[in-house]
Amino acid sequence: MIDLHPLRKFRVPIIAECISPDIFQGKNRKEIEGLKIWEGNKQKRLRELFKVEENRKEQQQEETTITIHGDVSKVRRVGAYMTHGELSINGNVGMHVGEEMKGGKITVHGNVGGWAGSAMKGGTIEIHGNVSHYLAAPYRGSSKGMHGGRIIVYGNVGNEAGAYMRKGLIKIYGDAGQFAGLRMHSGTIYIQKDCEARVGASMTGGKIIMGGFVESVLPTFTIESIKEKVKIEENEIVKGPLYLFLGDLTENGKGRLFVSREKNPQLSNYERLL
Amino acid sequence: MELLVKNGFVYDPINDVNGEKMDIAIRDGKIVEKVDENGARIVDASGMVVMPGGVDIHCHIAGSEVNTGRLLRPEDHFRDFERKTSNTRSGVGRSIPSTFTTGYRYARMGYTTIMNPSMPPLEAKHTHEELNDTPMVDKATYPLLGDWWFVLEYLKDGKVEECARYVAWMMTTTKGYAIKIVNPGGLEAWGSGRNVSSIDDHVPYFGITPREIVRGLCKVNKLLNLPHTIHVHTNNLGKPGNYLTALDTMKCVEDLASEDNPAIHITHCQFSAFKGSDWRTVESGAEEIAKYVNNHSHVTLDMGQVIFTDTTTMTADGPFQYNLYELTGNKWVNHDVETETSSGIVPFHYRRKSYVHAIQWSIGLELALLTKDSWKIFMTTDHPNGGPFTSYPRIIAWLMSRKAREATLKRINPRARSKSLLPSIDRELDLDEIAIVTRAGQAKALGLREKGHLGIGADADVAIYDINPETTDPSKKYKTVRRAFRKAACTIKGGKIVAKNGEILKHVEGATMWLDVQVSDPVEITNEMKRRFREYWTVEYENYPVTENYLEVFHPITVKADV
Repeated sequence: MIDLHPLRKFRVPIIAECISPDIFQGKNRKEIEGLKIWEGNKQKRLRELFKVEENRKEQQQEETTITIHGDVSKVRRVGAYMTHGELSINGNVGMHVGEEMKGGKITVHGNVGGWAGSAMKGGTIEIHGNVSHYLAAPYRGSSKGMHGGRIIVYGNVGNEAGAYMRKGLIKIYGDAGQFAGLRMHSGTIYIQKDCEARVGASMTGGKIIMGGFVESVLPTFTIESIKEKVKIEENEIVKGPLYLFLGDLTENGKGRLFVSREKNPQLSNYERLL
Repeated sequence: MELLVKNGFVYDPINDVNGEKMDIAIRDGKIVEKVDENGARIVDASGMVVMPGGVDIHCHIAGSEVNTGRLLRPEDHFRDFERKTSNTRSGVGRSIPSTFTTGYRYARMGYTTIMNPSMPPLEAKHTHEELNDTPMVDKATYPLLGDWWFVLEYLKDGKVEECARYVAWMMTTTKGYAIKIVNPGGLEAWGSGRNVSSIDDHVPYFGITPREIVRGLCKVNKLLNLPHTIHVHTNNLGKPGNYLTALDTMKCVEDLASEDNPAIHITHCQFSAFKGSDWRTVESGAEEIAKYVNNHSHVTLDMGQVIFTDTTTMTADGPFQYNLYELTGNKWVNHDVETETSSGIVPFHYRRKSYVHAIQWSIGLELALLTKDSWKIFMTTDHPNGGPFTSYPRIIAWLMSRKAREATLKRINPRARSKSLLPSIDRELDLDEIAIVTRAGQAKALGLREKGHLGIGADADVAIYDINPETTDPSKKYKTVRRAFRKAACTIKGGKIVAKNGEILKHVEGATMWLDVQVSDPVEITNEMKRRFREYWTVEYENYPVTENYLEVFHPITVKADV
């Protein structure tokens, strides 16, 4: 169990790929304090930015657990590429949290910057706050999005959540911005509350379930039927009735949009087509 | 400045030196008989291989399409970047590195001369600007002339000499080095949404066939006495069953060859050697092509080897790139360059487990191994189409070691493995043959008299690799070979030590070579010509030529033409 306390309020971006259970594992406090970290264009040591506290309760701990206390919204790439262990952040955190992570768990009690869980392959990210844009979306230009794992957000998310997603699950218990599930290939996105326009633009597969008000459904989606319920994952079912749309036809896609019928009376015109 | 490379095992196929222990003396950027041992700087190459600097006959490293490829692929730059050092500039890119990085990476591998194919004449200024910024290597570029309206018009009327005068004008105007032909006729047809499917198809509007274009430009090439042959990217590239088109293309200039001199270079031949009727039944046509090349002396090839990696494909072959986009659904760029050519870019990932990609990998190596005479086939990846040039060491290992091929064969698609001819091929190239396929043969095919060898008077471009041919058996220790070719122990460019063990020691500018073709009756820029410019191009004539002061370091090669 390792605790990190930021020593001051950070003003310039910090690239902290080294804050990851994989790198901390098997290192003592001295070694951890000596890890290299970039603050702006200057390379520094971890001890210059964070106070490192080690409290091993049990002698033999299997998993490395890291806890960051305080606002680290300028710190990027925390937990990038991690494969195991636990990382929790009590405060806001910056961009690229859990980028390309393969396993383990990240818990954030605060708000998160853009590209959280970017192109992740496995593991879990739980966020008890709001998330900025490009949740789970890959780096600019890349088409290799989220390949697996779970992301659970209890707040709202920005635009393009789950872009280029290929596998895995994103659950959002708040609102979502525009273009949720952009160019999605496979996998599941659940949005409990309201959702802005252009959901599932250019999607070719996968499903997006929307429990709240949807600003509009793209005209390139066709209505298929009305479903009574839909499964999100094992033991979790959303009860309907829900409109089922298929698309995106511009890409010959077979993606499925489930939209709550109760919250979206403006879509009732579609029922004539059934 | 004098330099003496001592005690290396020298491989210089042009001068018939095969692994002899000798010294190479260098003075003022040239190889000389001998230098004063006390005054010269000594480079100890004992226990190492000394070769002429590498020559790459075909790699897309500069120009508008390469640059568009860079813009298209931020994710390609994200993972691979180089920090600046006291000698070098920073740069990014894996499959399409930025210009400076391209130069440094070539120098690290011991390459000193590279040829940028497919420059649309309209984009000549852009290409030369990027070549100016590609340090460490000498370079040249081939203008695309196979679908230029002037060429098509004159060849249609059978005016070969007139055509030759215009080609000579274009070569000097765009500061080019050889005639590049891409999908002859097909690119013009692509302008109206069509393509040609054989070398006897008619090109819309012009009523000319690819056969006439290739034959016409081959005659032009001969009339102008250009040092390289025509550099041809065949019709139907990347389509199953296209090995027949490739064979037809080679056959159609058979009678134009004089003596034993080559008349045609088929570039990235791997992409033109598919047998079968569709993608499910595609097979290797390497055997047939190699058989033809073994029996004829007028053809040279380069491999266009595929590497299993993520890369970016870019050619002037617009219709081919469009098909590739349809196949992959990836992001893409397609472009029509006015009266001259077209182009396209699609990112592509070659996968081991894909049947077609594994067959493609096999075809490239089969071509190189089944072609008996190494002077006829050269090692390329058609960078970046088959893979980035930084993977050359892997190809060298595959060519030199059956064991290396088997190690990769084990991991490819099983159906492709069972169809591959590689398990039946025992041939392993030795270091001498590697020197031919990576430098000597290419320099000879390009007609570069001062490159690709270590004879007296040659340019002092030398690469030293850390392999001891006496103690290392490349066929067993292929990983050592790969490591050695990845980072040359020492690269000497123009008599200066520029890189050592993968570290750039000195930033030098390479020269841009271009042909000054002298015809007895040069093309006059008449009002008629200017009118055509106004009609055909979006630029005025005055803005078109690349003047000499546009090139930072230049090296014109004077050629006396027969017209």
